[in-house]
Amino acid sequence: MPEKILPGIELDNVELRLGARPFRFDCTIAAGAITAITGASGAGKSTLLNLVAGFSTPASGTIRIAGEDVTRSHPSGRPVSIIFQDNNLFAHLDITTNIGLGISPSLRLSRNDKAQIEYALDRVGLHGFGKRMPPELSGGERQRVAFARALVRQRPVLILDEPFAALDPGLRQSMRILLLDLHRETGNTVLLVTHDPEEVRRLADHVIFIEDGKVLVRAEKTEFFQLDIEPLRHFLNDS
Amino acid sequence: MLTARQARQAIGGGVLALTLVSLFVAIAVIALLSWDTGRAGSRLMTAYTWRILFFTIWQAFLSTLLSVGLAVPVALALARRPSFPGRIWIIRLMAVPMGLPVLIGALGLIGIWGRQGMANQSLLAIGVSQPVSIYGLSGILIAHVFFNLPLATRLLLASLERLPAEYWLIASSLGMKPFSVFRLIEWPALRRVAPGVAGLVYMLCATSFTLVLVLGGGPAATTLEVAIYQSLHFDFDPPRAIALAFLQIGVTTILLALISVFPAPEAWGLTAGRLPRRFDGSGFGSKAWDAIVIAIAAVFLVLPLASIAISGLHADLIRLASSDIFVKAAATSLSIALVSGLVAVGFSILVINARSAISQAASAGAGLKSLSAALAGLSSLVLLVPPVVLGTGWFLALRPMGDISRFAPILVALVNALMALPFAMRVIAPAMEAHRIRTGRLSASLGLAGWSRIRHIDFPVLIRPMLMALSFAMALSLGDLGAVALFGSSDFTTLPWLVYNRLASYRSNDADGLALILGIICLALTMIGTAGRERERPNA
Repeated sequence: MPEKILPGIELDNVELRLGARPFRFDCTIAAGAITAITGASGAGKSTLLNLVAGFSTPASGTIRIAGEDVTRSHPSGRPVSIIFQDNNLFAHLDITTNIGLGISPSLRLSRNDKAQIEYALDRVGLHGFGKRMPPELSGGERQRVAFARALVRQRPVLILDEPFAALDPGLRQSMRILLLDLHRETGNTVLLVTHDPEEVRRLADHVIFIEDGKVLVRAEKTEFFQLDIEPLRHFLNDS
Repeated sequence: MLTARQARQAIGGGVLALTLVSLFVAIAVIALLSWDTGRAGSRLMTAYTWRILFFTIWQAFLSTLLSVGLAVPVALALARRPSFPGRIWIIRLMAVPMGLPVLIGALGLIGIWGRQGMANQSLLAIGVSQPVSIYGLSGILIAHVFFNLPLATRLLLASLERLPAEYWLIASSLGMKPFSVFRLIEWPALRRVAPGVAGLVYMLCATSFTLVLVLGGGPAATTLEVAIYQSLHFDFDPPRAIALAFLQIGVTTILLALISVFPAPEAWGLTAGRLPRRFDGSGFGSKAWDAIVIAIAAVFLVLPLASIAISGLHADLIRLASSDIFVKAAATSLSIALVSGLVAVGFSILVINARSAISQAASAGAGLKSLSAALAGLSSLVLLVPPVVLGTGWFLALRPMGDISRFAPILVALVNALMALPFAMRVIAPAMEAHRIRTGRLSASLGLAGWSRIRHIDFPVLIRPMLMALSFAMALSLGDLGAVALFGSSDFTTLPWLVYNRLASYRSNDADGLALILGIICLALTMIGTAGRERERPNA
């Protein structure tokens, strides 16, 4: 299958300066796999994510997603769905509407679209939640709605920014299983920003370790956990 | 995060707002400058202008000293007693003068401190031979304290209540005496905000128009703003008005420059969330002192308000409210208030959107950065060139075009809108910023834009703060006498102008009735305009 051979996301000498801090990313993220982006707080995980999602524009370099140059594209023009740690839903809109916005930003929904929304709600285990409002839901349920929206968007890349960090440990495990299920079902490229080694261990195929605004390590998961270098030891022991 | 088109639109809107406001102010200033400058120059240095300049500065200084000086013990007492019955009502009472039209407050003060008023009757009864005069310097000072002591108290109290609750626990476990608590905890907190509070109060007193017009006015007690008005309205001496207007701009420029050095005082943290327990001041003397201080402040504020209500109810309210002249003035006032409120809110949105777009731009050049700074300074422009000066300029600019009263309503609405702009921005900006933080990236990633974004995402959330700002701006315009004073006539009458006219023609019974009606409308609008602010405060 040709898609599998294509690199999912490429950052080609991407440079950016925020205040006095320089960032430089040069790496490839495999298509159809889960890649964990990890590193200490402030190392530049979120900056990398913002660059891929389009919330920041690099000063130089090229970003390609599925072979297409998206360096200057608006976030909505990129083949990407994104799930943040929090505030994924518009609090004043009901669950169906929140998911529907993922299909049509102007909320022009066909009968087929509505059926899709129902299916997605079912799929994330929230059957019958359509008319509820986000504040009535628990944190885990709200994240499930965000997954449902990502599902109906059908974009080849899913970016997750610490998606389970605000949840109870017990809930995290079931959310991880949901993520893996959806990933297997859609075969999407997943970029998971996390500072939790446990999450890396359980979810990732590949790991990118960032330090000081640069990619320090890019490896397969098993390889990654066998590495014995100072910043990594620090990361694995501290958490 | 914004598409190039969104950013262009937002910045374009900011440029539009900046251009229109600058033009509006510039035309007024140019009209002043080009009106026979030779003669105005000669009026700059007369004994008369110097006397007025001196009085303006001196009365503002005394007013500030009294307002802030007296606010300190009141704020300390209220902070020391975080939970007595009725406390919340005293704090709310402190917010009333802010929403009350200045003219109405002046009426209430005359009712209490006038020759026949309660205060002087009681002073005479206890054997004071010379009554306090509500007219002249003493009256202006009483009135300025009435309006600014509550403001200063609220700001100082907020700074005390922002102190961590642990401070009081530590102070009591260390066994600090009241004076040590003051020296080591309370005073450092007050000292941080006091310069900003004093600057704000000084600015308000130095540019005070209505109070000085009603309570002062003679050559011995006239401020620059009132003198400008008198030069045009009574003596029709434009060169003198122009000379005074430039003195006024000079004074406000210096003041704004001084104020900008100090941190701006903030009211957040005021009685929000849990209150700290205070362990100091449990002695009888301390309790008695606090009770007396709080009681005097409350009585000082309540009496004029009660006087407005009582004398207002004595008037024939139904006859007044159904009279043709009232209905006409109310209709004029409300339409002016609505237009000025909508303009203020609209311009606030344009300015805030543009600044937010610039701050998000990946690489804002020097041009964009200075645009953003100019937009931030827009609301100060209004403080720099006060309403009477704006009105004077436009008065001179439009006079050649015929009857001034034809343009008067729209001019007054625009001047009012400019006055309301800083307040509207203060209500809307945090709400828009919070909304952007919550939804900006999400909307961008979902491709929400244009009408769909406004309808589904922005409108449902932002309509509340926008209505609050509108309501606040309308209250400001409804109660304003400054802008209308120059243009008011029998053909063009607003409610405050009507009250002032009735007062000037000694039909004070009518004035009282009208004042009560206007006061209630403005207070209601202000309450709507500030509702829910408590909940928005960070530590609520």
